[in-house]
Amino acid sequence: MAKVLERKPLTFAEKTYLPQVLGGLKITFKNMLGKKVTMEYPEERPNIPDNYRGVPTLVHDPNGREKCVSCQLCEFVCPPKAIRITPGSIPEGDEHEHVEKAPQDFEINMLRCIYCGMCQEVCPEEAIFLQDVYSLVGTSREELVFHKKKLYELGGTRPDQHYKWDVKKAAEEEALAGNGHH
Amino acid sequence: MDIVEILLKILFAILVVVVIMTIAAYSVLAERKVASWIQGRVGPNRTALPGLSAIPVLGRFLVRMGMWQPLADGVKFLFKEDPLPGHVKKWYYCLAPVVALVPSLSTVAVLPFGAYWVNGVEYPLVLANVDIGILFILAISSLTVYGIVMAGWAANSKYPYFGSIRSSAQMISYELAMGMSVIPVFMWANGPATGFGDLTLFGVVAAQKDLWLGIWMPLPAFVFLVSLFAETNRLPFDMPESETELVGGFHTEYGSFKFGLFFVGEYAAMAIGSAVFVVLFLGGWNFLPTFGFLPDWVANPWATWGWFGSVVSVLFFIGKTLTFIFLFIWVRWTLPRFRYDQVMNLGWKYLVPLAVASIIIYAIVIALWDTAVTVDHIKPETFGPAPQ
Repeated sequence: MAKVLERKPLTFAEKTYLPQVLGGLKITFKNMLGKKVTMEYPEERPNIPDNYRGVPTLVHDPNGREKCVSCQLCEFVCPPKAIRITPGSIPEGDEHEHVEKAPQDFEINMLRCIYCGMCQEVCPEEAIFLQDVYSLVGTSREELVFHKKKLYELGGTRPDQHYKWDVKKAAEEEALAGNGHH
Repeated sequence: MDIVEILLKILFAILVVVVIMTIAAYSVLAERKVASWIQGRVGPNRTALPGLSAIPVLGRFLVRMGMWQPLADGVKFLFKEDPLPGHVKKWYYCLAPVVALVPSLSTVAVLPFGAYWVNGVEYPLVLANVDIGILFILAISSLTVYGIVMAGWAANSKYPYFGSIRSSAQMISYELAMGMSVIPVFMWANGPATGFGDLTLFGVVAAQKDLWLGIWMPLPAFVFLVSLFAETNRLPFDMPESETELVGGFHTEYGSFKFGLFFVGEYAAMAIGSAVFVVLFLGGWNFLPTFGFLPDWVANPWATWGWFGSVVSVLFFIGKTLTFIFLFIWVRWTLPRFRYDQVMNLGWKYLVPLAVASIIIYAIVIALWDTAVTVDHIKPETFGPAPQ
């Protein structure tokens, strides 16, 4: 049942507005001497939490291997179709030859990107991350289409828990030596 | 009057106007700063002057306090493009900002802002010590509304028109209360105790040596203060502007320097209103009231310091005025705007009757006091020249 509040008639003091006005003045005065909440932006920067979804970036593993293998899952999942990958192969004789594939070019059109993080979620190689870059400026459309080089610059290196390809290579070598399960 | 005297008067006038304009400019800064502080922000803190801001600690502090901001604002107002909308009545549109600013600056002429002493006799520091002081101020300052009405009408568009109509109604309502609230002040100032027989503001200050009128006349002081808020179009009475409902009110169609004139005029009116309040109710440049038993020097400890004493009295007066400017700003950032009908109610149904009641009450009190106390103990030399 709805509660009916009895509305009392205003007292004389309330009708003059004065107690309320004085109360308000007291509050604003206290506030004036209080702590300021402004962050003076270019000098002070906000703390970015670890799970922040900033600009998507490509990362290297601690050994300096580019983790993307150009499987194009992110390209397919990307809702605004901001990603375009030109697949390429790793040349023979390279240190990471056994990984076989790497993107020849990796474009993210930052004018289309909606920062949804689905590319990061779908990536089987943990190669693409939305990290802490939140301020993005460009003077032309071309400048805001990020290519592979720029994406790796932004991404840097992230720790790796699996070293998937190294483990695989070691297992293959062991199998070749004749004592594996393969 | 010889030519030197006239030139000196002009020089003084320019000096006073410069001071008032500076106070108005820095009131704008104070408004922005206090607003920011009240809202938990920092306020303007970037504007720097090349040389001066390099001074180690002080320069940095001044920049943080936004000391150079009024300069930048002024330059902006001066050099912005000044478009003339096609639909306005051009002559009145250009005239209105001037009409709004000039009255505020003219009232300074009769406002005493300090004193000097020759052989123990006090003389006011004032541009023109006319006998009709307060009448002049009330009459001239109410001309400001013509600037606003003219602006609203000449802008030839609906929101400015609303703003100016509201403004004229509000000004008329509150002028009445304001005019009546100063009557007890002059009843006392012209009583037999003081022996003045005119409406000069200097007489009012001189009559407040013993007790500032604000202390024993709180009711007229309150009515005057509230009316002052309404007369200067400050929140909670900023009907003509009401930017949330009328876009910008009377100055919607104005930009750049013309808007700057309105803006400065508003703050100059505020500064002068505060000064008038200080003169009428807070003892002008008097240091402290003597309450009748403290020694006489308490009222003006600097009376014997020569020209330096005059400077101190002026500074003390300006200090009191600035306190009131702060009050104006503080109230603005505390209270929301009254609705239009509430403004009218407050003016006609409460302030005007209060003012009338205070006239009657203080007339009786002053009459009783004068017959019972003053007339018996009157000192003959305090009378003015004997009536012819």
